[in-house]
Amino acid sequence: MSSIKQVINDAVEKGKEVYEKVRQPNPIRLRDLIRQIRSAKTAAEERAVVNRECAYIRLTFREEDSVWRCRNVAKLLYIHMLGYPAHFGQMECLKLIASPRFTDKRIGYLGAMLLLDERQDVHLLITNSLKNDLNSSTQFVQGLALCTLGAIASPEMSRDLAGEVERLLKSSNAYIRKKAAVCALRIICRVPELMEMYLPATRSLLSEKNHGVLITGVTLITEMCRQSPDMLAHFKKIVPNLVRILKNLIMAGYSPEHDVQGVSDPFLQVKILKLLRILGCGDSEASETMNDILAQVATNTESSKNVGNAILYETVLSIMDIKSESGLRVLAINILGRFLLNADKNIRYVALNTLLRVVHADNSAVQRHRSTILECLKDADISIRRRAMELCFALINGNNIRTMMKELLTFLEKAEPEFKASCSSKCVLAAEKYSPNVRWHIDTLLKVVEAAGNHVPDDVVSSTIQLISETRTEQAYAVGELWRHLSIAQMEYQPMIQVATWCIGEFGDLLLSGHADVTVVESELIDIYQKILWSSQCSITTKEYALTSLMKLSARLTHEIGSIQQVVSAFGSHLNIELQQRGIEYSQLFTRHNHMRGPLLERMPPFEGTRAGTEQDKATITNGVDTPLDNESLLNDLTSPNNNAHETSESNALLDLLGGMEPGDSDTIKSTSTSISLTVASTPSVNADILDLLGGLDSGPAASVPTTNMNEAPPTQLPNSSNAAYLLDGLLNNSTPIISSPSSPVTNSAGTIPTSNSIYPLVLQKSSIPGITAYDKNGIRLDMAFELQETLITINLIASNNTGAQVTDFLFQAAVPKSIQLQMLNPSGTNMAPTASLTQLIKVNNPNKVPLRMRIKLSWLANGSPVQDQGEISNFPSALWQ
Amino acid sequence: MMQFMLLFSRQGKLRLQKWYEAHPDKVKKKITRELISTILARKPKMSSFLEWKDLKIVYKRYASLYFCCAIEQQDNELLTLEVIHRYVELLDKYFGSVCELDIIFNFEKAYFMLDELMVGGEVCETSKKNVLKAIAAQDLLQEEEAEDDAMYYGGYNIRML
Repeated sequence: MSSIKQVINDAVEKGKEVYEKVRQPNPIRLRDLIRQIRSAKTAAEERAVVNRECAYIRLTFREEDSVWRCRNVAKLLYIHMLGYPAHFGQMECLKLIASPRFTDKRIGYLGAMLLLDERQDVHLLITNSLKNDLNSSTQFVQGLALCTLGAIASPEMSRDLAGEVERLLKSSNAYIRKKAAVCALRIICRVPELMEMYLPATRSLLSEKNHGVLITGVTLITEMCRQSPDMLAHFKKIVPNLVRILKNLIMAGYSPEHDVQGVSDPFLQVKILKLLRILGCGDSEASETMNDILAQVATNTESSKNVGNAILYETVLSIMDIKSESGLRVLAINILGRFLLNADKNIRYVALNTLLRVVHADNSAVQRHRSTILECLKDADISIRRRAMELCFALINGNNIRTMMKELLTFLEKAEPEFKASCSSKCVLAAEKYSPNVRWHIDTLLKVVEAAGNHVPDDVVSSTIQLISETRTEQAYAVGELWRHLSIAQMEYQPMIQVATWCIGEFGDLLLSGHADVTVVESELIDIYQKILWSSQCSITTKEYALTSLMKLSARLTHEIGSIQQVVSAFGSHLNIELQQRGIEYSQLFTRHNHMRGPLLERMPPFEGTRAGTEQDKATITNGVDTPLDNESLLNDLTSPNNNAHETSESNALLDLLGGMEPGDSDTIKSTSTSISLTVASTPSVNADILDLLGGLDSGPAASVPTTNMNEAPPTQLPNSSNAAYLLDGLLNNSTPIISSPSSPVTNSAGTIPTSNSIYPLVLQKSSIPGITAYDKNGIRLDMAFELQETLITINLIASNNTGAQVTDFLFQAAVPKSIQLQMLNPSGTNMAPTASLTQLIKVNNPNKVPLRMRIKLSWLANGSPVQDQGEISNFPSALWQ
Repeated sequence: MMQFMLLFSRQGKLRLQKWYEAHPDKVKKKITRELISTILARKPKMSSFLEWKDLKIVYKRYASLYFCCAIEQQDNELLTLEVIHRYVELLDKYFGSVCELDIIFNFEKAYFMLDELMVGGEVCETSKKNVLKAIAAQDLLQEEEAEDDAMYYGGYNIRML
């Protein structure tokens, strides 16, 4: 009786409890919350809903409510995805994970993967739960734990749970084994020294039937091979197994379970191909074993759909990476060629990207697809056009430059603004490297400047000007072409006007004298200049070019000087301060200093140094192109000794003129000396030549050491930035910095022997060791004088020009036996007028006191035509090493 | 290895995020914002790939939803498109012609599905059948628990989300 009563009482109690539970206002359901949030009309309204719910969820968390925990965490995860803070839910996730119920665990682990960061304390707690669940008897609980471990394992968790994962890797259940394999992968990524532990278990993974285990097993082995050379060597023996698996895959008939549009398990195929690539890389034997299967995959894979192409793409990568037969490599490149014709833009993109990777290894094979690649320049997809452009520049060589450049210029003309700058710079580089002749080179640069419109970078403008300035024979042609451009020019394209005005200013006489196969009347010239100078579309920089150019023309024209004076003096009241200053200063040259105008406005000496060669010296060139260029002509002429003949009172007036330009002056000198030192540093052919030279003296790997020394100042004098190093270099070169400015036309245009040379003989006389004449041929004489400090020999080299011609681009290179260190400082210049000379300091350290020999190579341009010679100096005085 | 996967709508709303590399929350948000705006700004005729930092981004639009994956340099972007497609197929089978709303209201299920297809950023099951079987079995476990609860709480399924 009492027991019945007891039962009834219990039932009533339980009923009350349940009633209590459901009577309470239940927390709203996840889907209702989502609806509420979605119906919020403004961001503020949404925030209000979220904040209210978050406050409520916090409250239930604090009350340790376990009944609704799962629902509340799920809601919190939704709120988290909207971007609101949700980290107060971390501990609740851990509680859910610790719950015995699967529903709780499922949400708990999901929350852990989304909310947990690298916080140590929480991780310790989750590690214990993971350990328990990895040992659960329910495979899906084990699966949840493995999945979480695979996503968030930290190094500590990896160490703590590595053993559990190893055990599960040997489980009889494929569902567990595949997930354990990915966890093992994650663990060895976090803690590589745990790798050994998984080695025995990996062996059986490849003899599986289950594709899940196979793919994760292959992935795990791939990572092991990637991380450790020992593992790589160990797994070489599985190549035949992999080949067999791959063969079975492609030979097996249709299997609905793993079929993707007619391809059998592409996911697994790609993983195997990737592992084969790693195993075959640099190993002829392994490569040999996989050659056939790669050929089979490459020929048998259906290429009409993305999935087949994914496999072909991976196959191509493998073929190119391993030591495959040449026939196979051609096959691979041809697959990429076919890709280029594919209608799917993704496949075209992948093809171009891959070709770009292999173009340096198999240039000739890629060349065969040149026309297809050129077609891609017209693709509708911008990223494909970008790749195609890069690839085109990689394909340019001396043989195809004409056709390639033609296509690229068409591309450049129509290209988006974002392409124009980089494309035009690359065109200039390619033309510099491969142009068949100077005329073509000039034509191309002019076309680049024209096609790129206002997007021409400064370095292209200066390269073009420099090329024309250097090439005496083509100046008449160039100036004619430029006049054609200028006479029909649209005023909005600045770079072309800048190049044209600069060149016409310098070489306008050629234009007027009929050398340029166009006939120009002086008044036409003036009209165009007026148009430029008063156009509202022309930039200030362009007007600066034009004004200086017009001024230069005043020394080249005969009839229209009056109108030039008029135009120039009008600028004396220009709003722009720079133009105004030029206007005023130039006007002075028509009035008070009229007699100086002729000599001042003489033609600029040809530029020195490399044209835009590397990214590195871009800044230098930009520096030189704007105002300094124009200042330079004025300044250098003003300081040249020619003008010393004038009365002192006048030079005082000139000093006033100079005042405004002083900063420009130092800038100019710096930038030119920088570009000179880069000449040596950035021209690979020069270095190669030196290596050649060295080859003759010593054969051996150490031969490259002196090459590097040549370009650097001694380590003790090296400041931090490399640019500064070069600047200093120029200064260290000579005793007086002013003389050292190598391109200063003092040496070139003046024709007199510059003061710098008179210093050296004085120094030389002090030395007790007799000097030698190292070389005296072709009108060039090299004299050397020596100073000896223990093992350090300082050689003062004086090169003098007895050719009777203008010598430019003079380059002296030297190599010594490998026990001797050689350092060459920058020469005082690279140009010599007839009877002039230049100097260079060479430092030689001979610690072993071996007899000094020096192999030398000389090159220069005599009146523009190149001369080259080499030889060996063996008549050094023996006092140098005894 | 896949580094992360993002699902977002044409309006730029995040619908799913799966991270296989640890990042602070702030960084995740920044990456998400950046990629969503970059991808939404791309024109339909552009390719599905973009280079982003040292990763390759592969994305594809299915109806109103963008699927976007970040993979590493050595990974195959064409195959990643297949992984995305496989995921969409699985969701489609599970929900029955899936739409964006299914994923919004059942986001946890969408996560569960992804976790059966991929673990730690690697594909771990290439058979659709096996993935769906595992999901169905786990859903069944939950239903059994729900029935037990209902008996206890007088018909109330308190474990329902």
